[in-house]
Amino acid sequence: MAGSGKAHLRPGRDAVLEVEDLVVEFPVGRGQVVHAVSGLDLDLLPGETLGILGESGCGKSTAGRAIMQLPAPTSGSVRFDGAELTGLGGGALRRGRARLQMIMQDPISSLNPRRKVKDLVAEGLSVWGFDPADHEGKNKETVVRELLAAVGLEPDVVWDRRPHELSGGQCQRVCIARALMLRPRVLICDEPVSSLDVSVQAQILNLLEETKERFGLSMVFIAHDVSVVKNISDRVMVLYLGKVCEVLPSEGMHLQAVHPYTRMLLASIPGEETEADAEASSGPGARAAELPSPLNPPSGCRFRTRCPLATDLCAAEEPVLRELASGHAVACHHVESP
Amino acid sequence: MTAASLLEVTDLRTTFHTPRGDVTAVDGVSLTLRAGETLGVVGESGSGKSVLGRSLMGLIGQGPTTTISGRVTLAGHDVHALPARERRRLWGPTVAMVFQDPMTSLNPVKKIGTHLVEALRLHLRLDRKAARERSVDLLRQVGIPEPARRLDQYPHELSGGMRQRVVIAMALACDPKLLIADEPTTALDVTVQKQILDLLARLARERQMAIILVSHDLGAVAGRTDRVAVMYAGRVVETSRTLEVFTRPIHPYSEALLASIPRLDAAPHTRLRTIEGRPPDLVSPPPGCRFAPRCTRAEDVCRTEAPRLRGPRPAAPRHTAACHLPPAATAHEED
Repeated sequence: MAGSGKAHLRPGRDAVLEVEDLVVEFPVGRGQVVHAVSGLDLDLLPGETLGILGESGCGKSTAGRAIMQLPAPTSGSVRFDGAELTGLGGGALRRGRARLQMIMQDPISSLNPRRKVKDLVAEGLSVWGFDPADHEGKNKETVVRELLAAVGLEPDVVWDRRPHELSGGQCQRVCIARALMLRPRVLICDEPVSSLDVSVQAQILNLLEETKERFGLSMVFIAHDVSVVKNISDRVMVLYLGKVCEVLPSEGMHLQAVHPYTRMLLASIPGEETEADAEASSGPGARAAELPSPLNPPSGCRFRTRCPLATDLCAAEEPVLRELASGHAVACHHVESP
Repeated sequence: MTAASLLEVTDLRTTFHTPRGDVTAVDGVSLTLRAGETLGVVGESGSGKSVLGRSLMGLIGQGPTTTISGRVTLAGHDVHALPARERRRLWGPTVAMVFQDPMTSLNPVKKIGTHLVEALRLHLRLDRKAARERSVDLLRQVGIPEPARRLDQYPHELSGGMRQRVVIAMALACDPKLLIADEPTTALDVTVQKQILDLLARLARERQMAIILVSHDLGAVAGRTDRVAVMYAGRVVETSRTLEVFTRPIHPYSEALLASIPRLDAAPHTRLRTIEGRPPDLVSPPPGCRFAPRCTRAEDVCRTEAPRLRGPRPAAPRHTAACHLPPAATAHEED
């Protein structure tokens, strides 16, 4: 899986966000290093949603945060709206990424429990200064109220409430309103629905689709749930141990996917398997299915320790992303080119 | 009670007395389970599914803050009428539980072996050597590689999936007739989730063990259970054979819940169906059907009178739902 290579990039198109060779490593003492993200490339066109899919520990959240420079990546380049974000610091960085906003996984802990909804949502305006000229001459309160209504909250009801008086779904709506306050061009959503109940999850997914249309956003949607990612994305990128396995259009992805890891993720959706499958994956002879340590990732293709197709070639040589069809790139030695 | 039924629950009510008022988390649940049968209990957070699991086992008992009424008969014993000592004797050989988070259900300062040997020596009165041998055997059965070495490791040395396997091995130690698994895979990764669910299915088959699988994940329940009960606000709103509920739900809540899950075979950007509103506050639940305030089909009768579980489809009399206005049977093909 290796996944170096840039076959999936689309140079020459006006990408709003371009990430190249993104590497994030965390030193953990005794000379050891966690290789969280190892050479990630991506581009995001205006109005597009890119889904990033993978298990825990695959580096998907780290990648999202590194794009936001939270913290800055070890190396690599992040260009947002044509301007380089890496290497910036202090005020320049804050100005540079004001229109790049993020929604976190746990909506309750990402809100200050002591502040009221009206202040939480207006925080961006308070930080950057409010200029009615940017908002068609409306005053600040009207702008905040309109935004609350836009995310499906009743402004009069929630106005003076604090996060503990709201449900998880409502808190996530507040987080979305906060992110929208500064009129972002790109929204990075890190597992925005995984802590929510299914019926609330559907509400938030619909809301994200609506806001994307209404505010002309591009999105990076990070999640572990294949069906959720497929539903909201235009393209899906599958990560494993910090490397890209496969990039493919979400339309028909369950039929088109060819990388053994993507196939494995698809096969682990409950309710899709046969008895024989069950025997193979739970019996005493089951193949090791644990993620190897990111301290010392396997040589060559990082997926080879769990891959049913692995051969000596996979240990020796890292597969490079190559294009199979338009918009579909895969990093595997054993996938036939068409 | 028929000879074959292992568990029989009649009108179980678990009420917690809180400063805000009484919360009846499980409100009049009746169900039966035969030996070797698997039952899925699905519902969203706050629907009472976990409290139900714990009440069945007697982990939640009568006390100053809790009132339990109704009857839980497990392998011939009335769980809530037994003295605490005797109830404890059921835990292990008759009923065992697997909890959601494998890290917090293992003691971090004790070795894996200690966890397993403890139960075996206490319940089966095995000596140290025999208990150790049986522990190795149990770990092998749950698919842990190098079981003998694992006995001397601590929980933090194992991954989440391996820990959950250890917890399952502990639950199996005394050959329970019923295993209650409360969200056994929620804390695990998708690929590991599948392995654990497959493991439970295999063990149930091999040991003729009944399983109650409590989960918010409809997908997890769909492929692995014989029957399913859908809970909403403390009540069972629909129950039937699993396939029946998933393909032809009767209750509007089950139907809406199923429709709100994104489907892999649907086109991207398909708008998902949502359920308006929120589940009721159980301190003051609405009169009548508890789903009525959110239901698109609700009429006056729904707001005043609580519906009983009944089977509106003659072809499938055991497919019951608590709804006054079930969809016309003719809308579906009956088999």
